[in-house]
Amino acid sequence: MATKPKLFYFRGRGRMESIRWLLAAAGVEFEEEFIETTEQYEKLLKDGRLLFGQVPMVEIDGMVLTQTRAILSYLAAKYDLYGKDLKETVRINMYTDGTLDLMLMIAVAAFKPPAEKEESLALVVKRAKTRYFPVFEKILKDHGEDFLVGNKFSWADIQLLEAILMVEELDASVLPEFPLLKAFKTRISNIPTIKKFLQPGSQRKPPPDSHYVEVVRSVLHF
Amino acid sequence: MRGWHGAAAPPGRDTSVRTLETTMAGKPKLHYFNGRGRMESIRWLLAAAGVEFEEKFIETPEDWDKLRSDGHLMFQQVPMVEIDGMKMVQTRAILNYIATKYNLYGKDIKERALIDMYTEGIADLSEMIIVLPLCPPDQKEAKIALIKERTTDRYLPVFEKVLKSHGQDYLVGNRLSKADIHLVELLYYVEEIDPSLLANFPLLKVISLTAIRREGSHLPPQDLTFGLKPHNCLFSIPFCPPELAARG
Repeated sequence: MATKPKLFYFRGRGRMESIRWLLAAAGVEFEEEFIETTEQYEKLLKDGRLLFGQVPMVEIDGMVLTQTRAILSYLAAKYDLYGKDLKETVRINMYTDGTLDLMLMIAVAAFKPPAEKEESLALVVKRAKTRYFPVFEKILKDHGEDFLVGNKFSWADIQLLEAILMVEELDASVLPEFPLLKAFKTRISNIPTIKKFLQPGSQRKPPPDSHYVEVVRSVLHF
Repeated sequence: MRGWHGAAAPPGRDTSVRTLETTMAGKPKLHYFNGRGRMESIRWLLAAAGVEFEEKFIETPEDWDKLRSDGHLMFQQVPMVEIDGMKMVQTRAILNYIATKYNLYGKDIKERALIDMYTEGIADLSEMIIVLPLCPPDQKEAKIALIKERTTDRYLPVFEKVLKSHGQDYLVGNRLSKADIHLVELLYYVEEIDPSLLANFPLLKVISLTAIRREGSHLPPQDLTFGLKPHNCLFSIPFCPPELAARG
Protein backbone atom coordinates (compact mmCIF):
# COMPACT_ATOMS: atom_id res chain seq x y z
CA MET A 1 0.00 0.00 0.00
CA ALA A 2 1.42 3.36 -1.01
CA THR A 3 2.17 5.77 1.80
CA LYS A 4 0.51 9.15 1.70
CA PRO A 5 2.57 12.18 0.70
CA LYS A 6 3.71 14.11 3.77
CA LEU A 7 3.95 17.87 3.79
CA PHE A 8 6.34 19.78 6.05
CA TYR A 9 5.53 23.45 6.53
CA PHE A 10 4.12 26.03 8.89
CA ARG A 11 0.46 25.88 9.82
CA GLY A 12 -0.61 28.34 7.18
CA ARG A 13 -0.76 29.01 3.46
CA GLY A 14 2.57 30.50 2.44
CA ARG A 15 4.27 28.61 -0.35
CA MET A 16 2.68 25.28 0.53
CA GLU A 17 -0.93 26.19 -0.21
CA SER A 18 -0.75 25.64 -3.98
CA ILE A 19 0.65 22.18 -3.28
CA ARG A 20 -2.26 21.40 -0.94
CA TRP A 21 -4.72 22.56 -3.61
CA LEU A 22 -3.13 20.40 -6.29
CA LEU A 23 -3.12 17.27 -4.14
CA ALA A 24 -6.68 17.89 -2.97
CA ALA A 25 -7.95 18.52 -6.49
CA ALA A 26 -6.28 15.31 -7.65
CA GLY A 27 -8.10 13.47 -4.87
CA VAL A 28 -4.86 12.52 -3.11
CA GLU A 29 -4.93 12.17 0.66
CA PHE A 30 -1.92 13.69 2.38
CA GLU A 31 -0.47 14.13 5.86
CA GLU A 32 1.02 17.26 7.30
CA GLU A 33 3.67 17.98 9.90
CA PHE A 34 3.45 21.55 11.10
CA ILE A 35 6.61 23.41 12.04
CA GLU A 36 5.97 25.32 15.22
CA THR A 37 9.34 25.60 16.94
CA THR A 38 12.92 26.37 16.05
CA GLU A 39 13.89 22.97 17.43
CA GLN A 40 11.69 21.17 14.92
CA TYR A 41 13.15 23.18 12.09
CA GLU A 42 16.70 22.62 13.22
CA LYS A 43 16.09 18.90 13.40
CA LEU A 44 14.91 18.88 9.80
CA LEU A 45 18.05 20.80 8.84
CA LYS A 46 20.34 18.56 10.84
CA ASP A 47 18.77 15.42 9.37
CA GLY A 48 19.63 16.82 5.94
CA ARG A 49 16.08 16.73 4.68
CA LEU A 50 15.96 20.31 3.45
CA LEU A 51 18.16 20.51 0.39
CA PHE A 52 18.71 24.27 0.52
CA GLY A 53 17.69 24.65 4.14
CA GLN A 54 14.16 25.67 3.19
CA VAL A 55 10.55 24.56 3.29
CA PRO A 56 8.15 23.61 1.64
CA MET A 57 9.33 20.03 1.79
CA VAL A 58 7.27 17.05 0.65
CA GLU A 59 8.06 13.38 1.17
CA ILE A 60 6.56 11.49 -1.74
CA ASP A 61 7.34 8.33 -3.67
CA GLY A 62 10.56 7.74 -1.79
CA MET A 63 11.83 11.24 -2.53
CA VAL A 64 12.41 14.21 -0.26
CA LEU A 65 11.40 17.12 -2.49
CA THR A 66 11.87 20.80 -1.87
CA GLN A 67 11.32 23.90 -4.04
CA THR A 68 7.68 24.73 -4.58
CA ARG A 69 7.70 24.63 -8.37
CA ALA A 70 9.61 21.35 -8.53
CA ILE A 71 7.00 19.78 -6.26
CA LEU A 72 4.07 21.25 -8.18
CA SER A 73 5.42 20.12 -11.58
CA TYR A 74 6.02 16.60 -10.27
CA LEU A 75 2.48 16.35 -8.90
CA ALA A 76 0.92 17.82 -12.03
CA ALA A 77 2.74 15.28 -14.21
CA LYS A 78 2.05 12.39 -11.87
CA TYR A 79 -1.68 13.05 -11.68
CA ASP A 80 -2.11 13.80 -15.37
CA LEU A 81 -2.87 17.48 -14.89
CA TYR A 82 -0.08 18.76 -17.14
CA GLY A 83 -1.49 18.64 -20.67
CA LYS A 84 -1.21 15.97 -23.33
CA ASP A 85 1.86 17.25 -25.16
CA LEU A 86 4.65 19.80 -24.92
CA LYS A 87 2.64 22.67 -26.38
CA GLU A 88 -0.13 22.17 -23.82
CA THR A 89 2.41 21.80 -21.03
CA VAL A 90 4.11 25.08 -21.90
CA ARG A 91 0.77 26.89 -21.88
CA ILE A 92 -0.03 25.41 -18.48
CA ASN A 93 3.41 26.55 -17.29
CA MET A 94 2.90 30.07 -18.62
CA TYR A 95 -0.46 30.38 -16.88
CA THR A 96 0.62 28.84 -13.58
CA ASP A 97 3.83 30.88 -13.47
CA GLY A 98 1.64 33.97 -13.82
CA THR A 99 -0.88 33.01 -11.12
CA LEU A 100 1.88 31.84 -8.81
CA ASP A 101 3.60 35.24 -9.17
CA LEU A 102 0.35 36.87 -8.09
CA MET A 103 -0.21 34.55 -5.12
CA LEU A 104 3.37 34.85 -3.90
CA MET A 105 2.92 38.63 -3.78
CA ILE A 106 0.10 38.00 -1.30
CA ALA A 107 2.13 35.51 0.72
CA VAL A 108 5.06 37.91 0.99
CA ALA A 109 2.87 40.91 1.86
CA ALA A 110 1.91 39.29 5.17
CA PHE A 111 5.44 39.94 6.46
CA LYS A 112 5.60 43.62 5.64
CA PRO A 113 4.97 46.50 8.04
CA PRO A 114 1.31 47.65 7.98
CA ALA A 115 1.55 50.58 5.53
CA GLU A 116 3.70 48.66 3.07
CA LYS A 117 1.46 45.64 3.43
CA GLU A 118 -1.63 47.63 2.49
CA GLU A 119 0.19 49.07 -0.51
CA SER A 120 1.35 45.62 -1.63
CA LEU A 121 -2.11 44.14 -1.35
CA ALA A 122 -3.60 47.05 -3.28
CA LEU A 123 -1.05 46.37 -5.99
CA VAL A 124 -2.06 42.68 -6.02
CA VAL A 125 -5.69 43.64 -6.65
CA LYS A 126 -4.62 46.08 -9.36
CA ARG A 127 -2.43 43.46 -11.02
CA ALA A 128 -5.23 40.92 -10.84
CA LYS A 129 -7.69 43.31 -12.45
CA THR A 130 -5.39 44.71 -15.13
CA ARG A 131 -2.72 42.12 -15.82
CA TYR A 132 -3.88 38.63 -14.93
CA PHE A 133 -7.66 38.27 -14.95
CA PRO A 134 -8.13 39.92 -18.37
CA VAL A 135 -5.72 37.37 -19.86
CA PHE A 136 -7.64 34.40 -18.51
CA GLU A 137 -11.00 35.93 -19.39
CA LYS A 138 -9.77 36.27 -22.97
CA ILE A 139 -8.42 32.72 -23.10
CA LEU A 140 -11.77 31.35 -22.00
CA LYS A 141 -13.59 33.63 -24.43
CA ASP A 142 -11.39 32.72 -27.40
CA HIS A 143 -11.87 28.97 -27.17
CA GLY A 144 -15.21 28.86 -25.39
CA GLU A 145 -14.23 25.73 -23.51
CA ASP A 146 -14.71 24.88 -19.85
CA PHE A 147 -11.03 24.59 -19.00
CA LEU A 148 -8.02 26.75 -19.75
CA VAL A 149 -5.99 24.25 -21.77
CA GLY A 150 -6.85 21.42 -24.12
CA ASN A 151 -10.50 21.17 -23.08
CA LYS A 152 -9.40 19.18 -20.08
CA PHE A 153 -9.05 19.90 -16.37
CA SER A 154 -5.43 20.73 -15.55
CA TRP A 155 -3.15 22.27 -12.95
CA ALA A 156 -3.76 25.66 -14.64
CA ASP A 157 -7.45 25.54 -13.72
CA ILE A 158 -6.77 24.59 -10.10
CA GLN A 159 -4.29 27.38 -9.63
CA LEU A 160 -6.48 29.98 -11.31
CA LEU A 161 -9.35 29.12 -8.97
CA GLU A 162 -7.01 29.37 -6.01
CA ALA A 163 -5.82 32.80 -7.21
CA ILE A 164 -9.37 34.05 -7.83
CA LEU A 165 -10.45 33.10 -4.31
CA MET A 166 -7.39 34.71 -2.76
CA VAL A 167 -7.92 37.96 -4.63
CA GLU A 168 -11.61 37.97 -3.73
CA GLU A 169 -10.60 37.76 -0.08
CA LEU A 170 -8.80 41.07 -0.62
CA ASP A 171 -11.52 42.68 -2.73
CA ALA A 172 -14.88 41.01 -3.23
CA SER A 173 -15.75 43.30 -6.13
CA VAL A 174 -13.13 42.08 -8.64
CA LEU A 175 -15.02 39.33 -10.39
CA PRO A 176 -18.17 40.94 -11.84
CA GLU A 177 -16.19 42.55 -14.67
CA PHE A 178 -15.02 39.09 -15.72
CA PRO A 179 -18.19 37.07 -16.45
CA LEU A 180 -16.39 34.05 -17.85
CA LEU A 181 -14.10 33.88 -14.83
CA LYS A 182 -17.15 34.12 -12.63
CA ALA A 183 -18.69 31.12 -14.40
CA PHE A 184 -15.30 29.36 -14.31
CA LYS A 185 -15.09 29.87 -10.57
CA THR A 186 -18.50 28.24 -10.03
CA ARG A 187 -17.79 25.41 -12.40
CA ILE A 188 -14.38 24.47 -10.99
CA SER A 189 -15.56 24.89 -7.39
CA ASN A 190 -18.18 22.26 -8.08
CA ILE A 191 -15.72 19.59 -9.11
CA PRO A 192 -16.23 17.01 -6.33
CA THR A 193 -12.63 16.93 -5.02
CA ILE A 194 -12.45 20.71 -5.01
CA LYS A 195 -15.89 21.11 -3.50
CA LYS A 196 -14.73 18.89 -0.67
CA PHE A 197 -11.56 20.94 -0.20
CA LEU A 198 -13.62 24.12 0.03
CA GLN A 199 -15.68 22.81 2.92
CA PRO A 200 -14.82 23.72 6.51
CA GLY A 201 -12.61 21.13 8.20
CA SER A 202 -10.52 20.41 5.11
CA GLN A 203 -6.76 20.88 5.00
CA ARG A 204 -7.13 24.21 3.26
CA LYS A 205 -5.50 26.93 5.36
CA PRO A 206 -6.90 30.37 6.29
CA PRO A 207 -5.27 33.66 5.25
CA PRO A 208 -2.14 34.56 7.25
CA ASP A 209 -2.80 36.21 10.60
CA SER A 210 -0.42 37.80 13.10
CA HIS A 211 0.12 34.52 14.94
CA TYR A 212 1.23 32.78 11.75
CA VAL A 213 3.61 35.62 10.92
CA GLU A 214 5.01 35.48 14.45
CA VAL A 215 5.69 31.74 14.29
CA VAL A 216 7.41 31.94 10.91
CA ARG A 217 9.54 34.89 11.97
CA SER A 218 10.63 33.20 15.17
CA VAL A 219 11.47 29.89 13.52
CA LEU A 220 13.29 31.40 10.55
CA HIS A 221 14.87 34.21 12.56
CA PHE A 222 13.90 37.25 10.53
CA MET B 1 32.18 9.83 -28.88
CA ARG B 2 29.89 10.41 -25.96
CA GLY B 3 26.22 10.23 -26.91
CA TRP B 4 24.66 13.44 -28.14
CA HIS B 5 21.57 14.36 -26.25
CA GLY B 6 20.77 17.52 -28.15
CA ALA B 7 18.74 17.83 -31.33
CA ALA B 8 18.87 15.46 -34.28
CA ALA B 9 22.29 16.26 -35.73
CA PRO B 10 25.38 14.99 -33.95
CA PRO B 11 28.07 17.51 -33.10
CA GLY B 12 30.81 18.04 -35.67
CA ARG B 13 31.90 20.42 -38.36
CA ASP B 14 28.90 19.59 -40.54
CA THR B 15 26.10 21.67 -39.11
CA SER B 16 24.11 21.70 -42.34
CA VAL B 17 21.35 19.46 -40.97
CA ARG B 18 20.76 21.66 -38.00
CA THR B 19 20.90 24.83 -40.09
CA LEU B 20 18.30 23.40 -42.47
CA GLU B 21 16.14 22.41 -39.53
CA THR B 22 16.21 25.83 -37.99
CA THR B 23 15.89 27.72 -41.26
CA MET B 24 12.78 25.76 -42.11
CA ALA B 25 11.35 26.11 -38.64
CA GLY B 26 12.63 29.69 -38.26
CA LYS B 27 15.10 30.54 -35.56
CA PRO B 28 13.75 31.36 -32.13
CA LYS B 29 13.56 35.11 -31.62
CA LEU B 30 14.31 36.56 -28.21
CA HIS B 31 12.71 39.82 -27.09
CA TYR B 32 14.52 41.50 -24.21
CA PHE B 33 16.82 44.32 -23.22
CA ASN B 34 20.40 44.20 -24.41
CA GLY B 35 21.65 42.69 -21.21
CA ARG B 36 21.61 39.54 -19.12
CA GLY B 37 18.65 39.89 -16.78
CA ARG B 38 16.14 37.06 -16.96
CA MET B 39 16.89 36.20 -20.57
CA GLU B 40 20.48 35.11 -20.05
CA SER B 41 19.67 31.60 -18.81
CA ILE B 42 17.54 31.11 -21.92
CA ARG B 43 20.45 32.20 -24.12
CA TRP B 44 22.74 29.73 -22.33
CA LEU B 45 20.28 26.86 -22.73
CA LEU B 46 19.75 27.50 -26.44
CA ALA B 47 23.49 27.89 -26.99
CA ALA B 48 24.24 24.67 -25.10
CA ALA B 49 21.60 22.86 -27.17
CA GLY B 50 23.32 24.15 -30.32
CA VAL B 51 20.30 26.22 -31.38
CA GLU B 52 20.95 29.46 -33.23
CA PHE B 53 18.68 32.31 -32.25
CA GLU B 54 17.91 35.91 -33.14
CA GLU B 55 17.43 38.79 -30.78
CA LYS B 56 15.33 41.93 -30.90
CA PHE B 57 16.49 44.35 -28.25
CA ILE B 58 14.21 46.73 -26.42
CA GLU B 59 16.19 49.96 -26.47
CA THR B 60 13.74 52.84 -26.13
CA PRO B 61 10.47 53.53 -24.31
CA GLU B 62 8.82 53.36 -27.74
CA ASP B 63 10.11 49.81 -28.30
CA TRP B 64 8.69 48.80 -24.94
CA ASP B 65 5.34 50.47 -25.53
CA LYS B 66 4.99 48.94 -28.96
CA LEU B 67 5.70 45.43 -27.74
CA ARG B 68 3.03 45.77 -25.11
CA SER B 69 0.40 47.56 -27.16
CA ASP B 70 0.79 45.04 -30.01
CA GLY B 71 -0.41 42.47 -27.46
CA HIS B 72 2.63 40.24 -27.78
CA LEU B 73 3.37 40.01 -24.06
CA MET B 74 0.85 37.86 -22.24
CA PHE B 75 1.42 39.41 -18.82
CA GLN B 76 3.03 42.63 -20.10
CA GLN B 77 6.44 41.23 -19.25
CA VAL B 78 9.61 40.03 -20.89
CA PRO B 79 11.39 37.68 -21.50
CA MET B 80 9.34 36.74 -24.52
CA VAL B 81 10.51 34.17 -27.05
CA GLU B 82 8.95 33.56 -30.43
CA ILE B 83 9.42 29.86 -31.05
CA ASP B 84 7.50 27.17 -32.94
CA GLY B 85 4.66 29.54 -33.75
CA MET B 86 4.18 30.61 -30.13
CA LYS B 87 4.92 33.83 -28.29
CA MET B 88 6.20 32.29 -25.09
CA VAL B 89 6.55 34.21 -21.82
CA GLN B 90 7.61 33.36 -18.25
CA THR B 91 11.24 32.40 -17.96
CA ARG B 92 10.65 28.98 -16.42
CA ALA B 93 7.98 28.02 -18.96
CA ILE B 94 10.37 28.92 -21.76
CA LEU B 95 13.32 27.08 -20.23
CA ASN B 96 11.26 23.96 -19.59
CA TYR B 97 9.97 23.97 -23.15
CA ILE B 98 13.46 24.24 -24.62
CA ALA B 99 14.82 21.60 -22.24
CA THR B 100 12.07 19.14 -23.17
CA LYS B 101 12.39 19.80 -26.87
CA TYR B 102 16.17 19.32 -26.87
CA ASN B 103 16.20 16.41 -24.48
CA LEU B 104 17.85 18.16 -21.56
CA TYR B 105 15.21 17.32 -18.97
CA GLY B 106 15.97 13.82 -17.72
CA LYS B 107 14.37 10.53 -18.68
CA ASP B 108 11.29 10.48 -16.41
CA ILE B 109 9.34 12.59 -13.95
CA LYS B 110 11.53 11.60 -11.00
CA GLU B 111 14.68 12.79 -12.78
CA ARG B 112 12.78 15.89 -13.81
CA ALA B 113 11.85 16.55 -10.17
CA LEU B 114 15.53 16.43 -9.21
CA ILE B 115 16.47 18.66 -12.13
CA ASP B 116 13.73 21.11 -11.13
CA MET B 117 14.81 21.12 -7.50
CA TYR B 118 18.41 21.87 -8.41
CA THR B 119 17.34 24.43 -11.02
CA GLU B 120 15.15 26.30 -8.54
CA GLY B 121 17.98 26.55 -6.02
CA ILE B 122 20.32 27.82 -8.73
CA ALA B 123 17.64 30.28 -9.86
CA ASP B 124 17.24 31.67 -6.34
CA LEU B 125 20.95 32.49 -6.10
CA SER B 126 21.12 33.70 -9.69
CA GLU B 127 18.19 36.00 -8.99
CA MET B 128 20.15 37.69 -6.22
CA ILE B 129 23.00 38.24 -8.65
CA ILE B 130 20.81 39.36 -11.57
CA VAL B 131 19.18 42.16 -9.58
CA LEU B 132 22.46 43.40 -8.11
CA PRO B 133 23.00 46.10 -10.78
CA LEU B 134 19.64 47.59 -9.80
CA CYS B 135 20.50 47.76 -6.11
CA PRO B 136 20.89 51.22 -4.52
CA PRO B 137 24.61 51.96 -3.92
CA ASP B 138 24.28 52.14 -0.14
CA GLN B 139 22.83 48.63 0.05
CA LYS B 140 25.19 47.03 -2.43
CA GLU B 141 27.94 45.97 -0.08
CA ALA B 142 25.50 44.17 2.21
CA LYS B 143 23.85 42.46 -0.73
CA ILE B 144 27.17 41.24 -2.10
CA ALA B 145 28.12 39.92 1.34
CA LEU B 146 24.83 38.01 1.51
CA ILE B 147 25.34 36.59 -1.98
CA LYS B 148 28.80 35.36 -1.01
CA GLU B 149 27.50 33.79 2.17
CA ARG B 150 24.65 32.03 0.40
CA THR B 151 27.02 30.84 -2.30
CA THR B 152 29.47 29.14 0.03
CA ASP B 153 27.07 28.10 2.80
CA ARG B 154 23.80 27.20 1.14
CA TYR B 155 24.14 26.49 -2.57
CA LEU B 156 27.56 25.33 -3.71
CA PRO B 157 27.94 22.72 -0.95
CA VAL B 158 24.75 21.04 -2.17
CA PHE B 159 26.02 20.60 -5.72
CA GLU B 160 29.50 19.57 -4.62
CA LYS B 161 27.87 16.91 -2.47
CA VAL B 162 25.59 15.67 -5.27
CA LEU B 163 28.55 15.21 -7.60
CA LYS B 164 30.61 13.58 -4.90
CA SER B 165 27.82 11.19 -3.92
CA HIS B 166 27.44 9.58 -7.35
CA GLY B 167 30.84 10.38 -8.83
CA GLN B 168 29.32 11.06 -12.24
CA ASP B 169 30.04 13.95 -14.57
CA TYR B 170 26.53 15.37 -14.55
CA LEU B 171 24.13 16.25 -11.77
CA VAL B 172 21.25 13.95 -12.75
CA GLY B 173 20.98 10.61 -14.48
CA ASN B 174 24.54 10.48 -15.73
CA ARG B 175 23.83 12.74 -18.66
CA LEU B 176 23.71 16.42 -19.52
CA SER B 177 20.56 18.23 -18.44
CA LYS B 178 19.44 21.81 -18.01
CA ALA B 179 20.53 21.60 -14.37
CA ASP B 180 24.18 21.26 -15.44
CA ILE B 181 23.90 24.18 -17.85
CA HIS B 182 22.27 26.45 -15.27
CA LEU B 183 24.91 25.46 -12.74
CA VAL B 184 27.80 26.21 -15.09
CA GLU B 185 26.25 29.60 -15.87
CA LEU B 186 25.98 30.29 -12.13
CA LEU B 187 29.59 29.27 -11.55
CA TYR B 188 30.71 31.80 -14.15
CA TYR B 189 28.79 34.54 -12.27
CA VAL B 190 30.24 33.43 -8.94
CA GLU B 191 33.69 33.57 -10.46
CA GLU B 192 33.02 37.08 -11.75
CA ILE B 193 32.08 38.21 -8.25
CA ASP B 194 34.99 36.51 -6.51
CA PRO B 195 36.96 33.52 -7.83
CA SER B 196 38.04 32.56 -4.31
CA LEU B 197 34.43 31.53 -3.59
CA LEU B 198 35.05 28.41 -5.65
CA ALA B 199 38.19 27.44 -3.75
CA ASN B 200 36.60 24.78 -1.58
CA PHE B 201 34.56 23.15 -4.32
CA PRO B 202 36.93 21.09 -6.45
CA LEU B 203 34.22 19.06 -8.20
CA LEU B 204 32.37 22.20 -9.25
CA LYS B 205 35.50 23.56 -10.84
CA VAL B 206 35.62 20.41 -12.91
CA ILE B 207 31.97 20.54 -13.98
CA SER B 208 32.36 24.00 -15.32
CA LEU B 209 35.02 22.75 -17.68
CA THR B 210 33.77 19.34 -18.68
CA ALA B 211 29.98 19.58 -18.77
CA ILE B 212 29.77 21.96 -21.64
CA ARG B 213 33.07 21.08 -23.28
CA ARG B 214 32.29 17.38 -23.71
CA GLU B 215 28.77 17.59 -25.04
CA GLY B 216 29.56 20.59 -27.17
CA SER B 217 33.05 19.49 -27.97
CA HIS B 218 32.80 20.68 -31.54
CA LEU B 219 32.47 24.20 -30.21
CA PRO B 220 35.54 25.97 -28.92
CA PRO B 221 34.74 27.69 -25.59
CA GLN B 222 34.31 31.07 -27.30
CA ASP B 223 31.31 29.83 -29.27
CA LEU B 224 29.41 29.37 -26.05
CA THR B 225 29.52 33.09 -25.59
CA PHE B 226 27.57 33.64 -28.81
CA GLY B 227 24.77 35.93 -27.80
CA LEU B 228 25.85 35.87 -24.17
CA LYS B 229 26.03 39.23 -22.53
CA PRO B 230 28.94 40.83 -20.73
CA HIS B 231 28.95 41.64 -17.06
CA ASN B 232 27.04 44.71 -15.93
CA CYS B 233 25.45 45.19 -19.32
CA LEU B 234 22.11 45.76 -17.67
CA PHE B 235 23.60 48.84 -16.08
CA SER B 236 24.60 50.39 -19.32
CA ILE B 237 21.26 50.21 -21.11
CA PRO B 238 19.93 53.73 -21.50
CA PHE B 239 16.36 52.73 -20.88
CA CYS B 240 15.14 50.65 -17.98
CA PRO B 241 11.38 50.51 -17.36
CA PRO B 242 10.25 51.41 -13.84
CA GLU B 243 8.95 47.90 -13.06
CA LEU B 244 12.32 46.35 -13.68
CA ALA B 245 14.09 49.00 -11.63
CA ALA B 246 11.57 48.57 -8.81
CA ARG B 247 12.34 44.88 -8.50
CA GLY B 248 15.85 45.59 -7.26
